[in-house]
Amino acid sequence: MMERSEDAAEAGMSNRWPEILVALFLFAIGIIVVNDSIRVGIGWEEGEGPRAGYFPFYIGCILLISSGWILFGALTRFKKAQPQFASWVELKSVMQMLVPLTIYIVAVVYLGIYVSSLVLIAFFMKVHGKFGLIATTLTAVGVPLAAFMLFERWFLVPLPKGPIELMLGF
Amino acid sequence: MEELNNLMHGFSVALTLPNLGFMVLGITLGILIGVLPGLGGANGIAILLPLTFSMDQTSAIIMLSCIYWGALFGGAITSILFNIPGEPWSVATTFDGFPLAQQGRAGAALTAAFTSSFVGAFFAVLLITFLAPLVAKFALKFGAAEMFAVQMLTFCSFVGMSKEPPAKTLAVMALGFALAAVGMDTVTGTLRMTFGTTELLKGFDFLIAVIGLFGIGEILLTMEEGLAFKGKSAKIQLNVVLQTWKELLRYWKTSIRSVLVGCWMGVTPGGATPASFMAYGLARRGAKDKDSFGKGNVEGVVAPETAAHAAGTSALLPMLTLGIPGSPTAAVLLGGLLIWGLQPGPLLFTEKPDFVWGLIASMYLGNIVGLIVVLTTVPWWAAILRIPFSVIGPVIIVICAIGAYTVHSSIFDVVMMLVFGVFGYLFKKLRYPLAPLVLALVLGDMAESSFRQSMLLSQGSLDIFWANPLVAGLMLLSFTMLLWPIVPALKHYLRGRS
Repeated sequence: MMERSEDAAEAGMSNRWPEILVALFLFAIGIIVVNDSIRVGIGWEEGEGPRAGYFPFYIGCILLISSGWILFGALTRFKKAQPQFASWVELKSVMQMLVPLTIYIVAVVYLGIYVSSLVLIAFFMKVHGKFGLIATTLTAVGVPLAAFMLFERWFLVPLPKGPIELMLGF
Repeated sequence: MEELNNLMHGFSVALTLPNLGFMVLGITLGILIGVLPGLGGANGIAILLPLTFSMDQTSAIIMLSCIYWGALFGGAITSILFNIPGEPWSVATTFDGFPLAQQGRAGAALTAAFTSSFVGAFFAVLLITFLAPLVAKFALKFGAAEMFAVQMLTFCSFVGMSKEPPAKTLAVMALGFALAAVGMDTVTGTLRMTFGTTELLKGFDFLIAVIGLFGIGEILLTMEEGLAFKGKSAKIQLNVVLQTWKELLRYWKTSIRSVLVGCWMGVTPGGATPASFMAYGLARRGAKDKDSFGKGNVEGVVAPETAAHAAGTSALLPMLTLGIPGSPTAAVLLGGLLIWGLQPGPLLFTEKPDFVWGLIASMYLGNIVGLIVVLTTVPWWAAILRIPFSVIGPVIIVICAIGAYTVHSSIFDVVMMLVFGVFGYLFKKLRYPLAPLVLALVLGDMAESSFRQSMLLSQGSLDIFWANPLVAGLMLLSFTMLLWPIVPALKHYLRGRS
């Protein structure tokens, strides 16, 4: 699925498969939209006008045609040289953010936003930024605290909380 | 002349010390609301509305309208510095604003955005002052078919003017429409594409998509440079502001064109979002160096900001004269007026002249105060760019997550933000334009409802879109835009034959 370019220093993934997979994804969405539109009705309801699927049906058709066209183009170019999507080094850097970000989102569900944010900021500052303990602690605690004061106290917008906030009586 | 006398009376009402204080307070709160993604002008005013109940009616509306100006100004700050548009009309500002900040010209981009916002709003207030009755009468002629034609023109302009392949523009636009169709159909009550999940009942909010596609997507793109990446320094001095102002004079044609587009879209009411995109497209089309757009052209900041603010401000015109709000924020302000027992409409001008003209005078003053406040605080905002990425990166993620959550108080939206973020990264890498997706998501419901209303009126006949010169002209222009990408191919073919 992934391949290396000729230059070892710039080795990475070409556009070939990402282009095909994204086009396939859009095509699949198009099928879902068309199918669901047919389910809810794409015709004219006497006395009420267009049914719920009338407008989305044509949108689904446009999506099918345009993504089909992109897919066709990508397949006809399949064997030709493709521009690079990203180098392996770049993809590794992206993963360094994407993995903690995904863990953070999962943590928000179970631990609430404050504790998860504190850990995320502290992790990046300490591990990647090599910041001192005081600067890391001040920022990691300060940002969630500021968010708490601003949203919960001032704008009265409750943010997701977890067991620790519950223990503290919030 | 009568309007001038009334306006002078309005200034005497607005220019009291307490009212000036409320203006500064309102602008500052508004900037804060604009900077925080997820809140936005309409939400901010709704949250702060109860604070004004104990105040004098005129002072209250002055403060609320100043929150509105502040939020409009604030939206540009996150768009330019972090590529996170807090409001849909700020999306077009990111196209050139963010590259400018990346090139170390954050100060110039912010100055251009704030000044253009001021120019747009100022001319719209002039319009409100002198043309209110006339324009309001014309707006009454705008039916569902005309509305759909305007929306169609906006979408087709994208296909015609996009730098990206037309098939990709069409695909993402259709994806945006499809996402907008998810949830309960407002006309028939039918559930569409929910697949039995309660989370999908409310559909996809544009803000979630915007925060993910632009905010998270940009963070992932930035990460390609590695974690050692540090924000670009942005030295701001008075001479940066003065130099930018000098540069802005060159774009007077763009400013005038954007004001006209903005006022037209605000009053009709097409809204600030299509106005900003349309003005950006027109500026690009009219420019000599088209290729520099999207890479950090100041003109690309001037056009959308001027048009968005002209539209946002002129949207108050139908609200005051007819009681029809031209934007969500105007709708919240209308709610405020009703709470205070004021019935918007032509009678308001005769029954409550102090209130109406005090408000209009405060629009002039509030914008001047706003411009001064934002320009003097530019160094603070631009200083954010000097913070290392290992600090600002996770902080932006936290702000994005909070923003996504506050839209509907739903964890599902935070998860969707991540999904949109990954697609934002993929789309940008594969040259899929993001703006048409967001625009379709924002205007999808409105376009569908205009289309259905038109169909109902004509009993299913498409002739309604050619029924009068106004709607026919708009539709003709739309199809010209849609077919525009074929022109170069056709030229190439004909040249080959000859």
